[in-house]
Amino acid sequence: MNDTNTQRRQFLKTSVGAAAVAIAPGMLLFDMAHGKSEPVSGKVRWGMLIDTANCADGCNDCVTACNRENGLSGGLSATDSQWIRKIELKDMRTGRELALPMMCQHCEHPPCVDVCPTGASFKRADGIVLVDKHLCIGCRYCMMACPYKARSFVHEPLNDQNPDVPRGRGTVESCTMCVHRVDNGQQPACAEACPNKSILFGDLNDPESEISRKIRSVASTQVRADLGLNTGVRYQGL
Amino acid sequence: MLKLIAVLMALYFSSFANAEESKFVPKLDIGKGGQCVDEPQWMRKNHMHLLKHQRDETVHEGIREEKHSLKNCIECHASTKDDSVIAREDSFCVGCHKYEAVKIDCFECHSGIRKSAWLQRNAK
Repeated sequence: MNDTNTQRRQFLKTSVGAAAVAIAPGMLLFDMAHGKSEPVSGKVRWGMLIDTANCADGCNDCVTACNRENGLSGGLSATDSQWIRKIELKDMRTGRELALPMMCQHCEHPPCVDVCPTGASFKRADGIVLVDKHLCIGCRYCMMACPYKARSFVHEPLNDQNPDVPRGRGTVESCTMCVHRVDNGQQPACAEACPNKSILFGDLNDPESEISRKIRSVASTQVRADLGLNTGVRYQGL
Repeated sequence: MLKLIAVLMALYFSSFANAEESKFVPKLDIGKGGQCVDEPQWMRKNHMHLLKHQRDETVHEGIREEKHSLKNCIECHASTKDDSVIAREDSFCVGCHKYEAVKIDCFECHSGIRKSAWLQRNAK
């Protein structure tokens, strides 16, 4: 009787051990395959602070990174998509020159969303302004409404898109703040690529985030602040 | 003896039926295959509803659960030969939709290629 009991105990011990080993990698696999099941929160507002003083004249790294990430051709003709542009400004009175990247400003009150007749143009709870291409009919009202000229229309059929960035003919598109990367806990491609770290990406609603602390301490402006759109992208040293 | 003949006849006809089926049903390259969402017959009938539901949740709410995502479907069902669900007549998506005469426009925007293969192809 005693002998059987010890055998039984031994069996239970080993089988429990085996089960633990089997469960641990299984759980890991399950977590990895699960993805993100929570909707994005309105508590977060993604934004950027661009330091124009550090933005080097002639450097185009943010633009090339954006093109590579999102599968844009990089062409500059009227019918080529441009999600981010490098702009050079000169004050004719003082002769001061500066360069800065210009893209969708991810407004709190986006005019593109106001004018969209199908609801394709929308603002996500976390402040990222996007086009739902399943709903877009390509009317291009949003392109006309945008004061930043941030949107492009796809004129030609495309192929070999990035599996994470679907794009197609007949729809309007613009900077997505690399939403597929942000949802994955990464930085937008432009912010990551900037050699001078002059694009600071973060949560404007979190008072402890790096971007919040910086906009509290340095002067920053919104482009066309007079329109009252409350842009998510701010510029320093403009 | 009668029983034996009946059994043989049944076998003969069933084999005939199988041959008939294989002649008309599209032969698909199912890639790695396997069942991760539901059983094949249910999926044949309902996969579009799952994809459409997931698409709205992903685009508007950022829910990126992989189980019902198009990217994850492609991950398993892309051909092991060319990593695509649309490249050939017998590719996983094309084969059936051609047979059923259903024109889908998913792949005018979405990539039909396995992400790993795309990365390899576009590595710089």
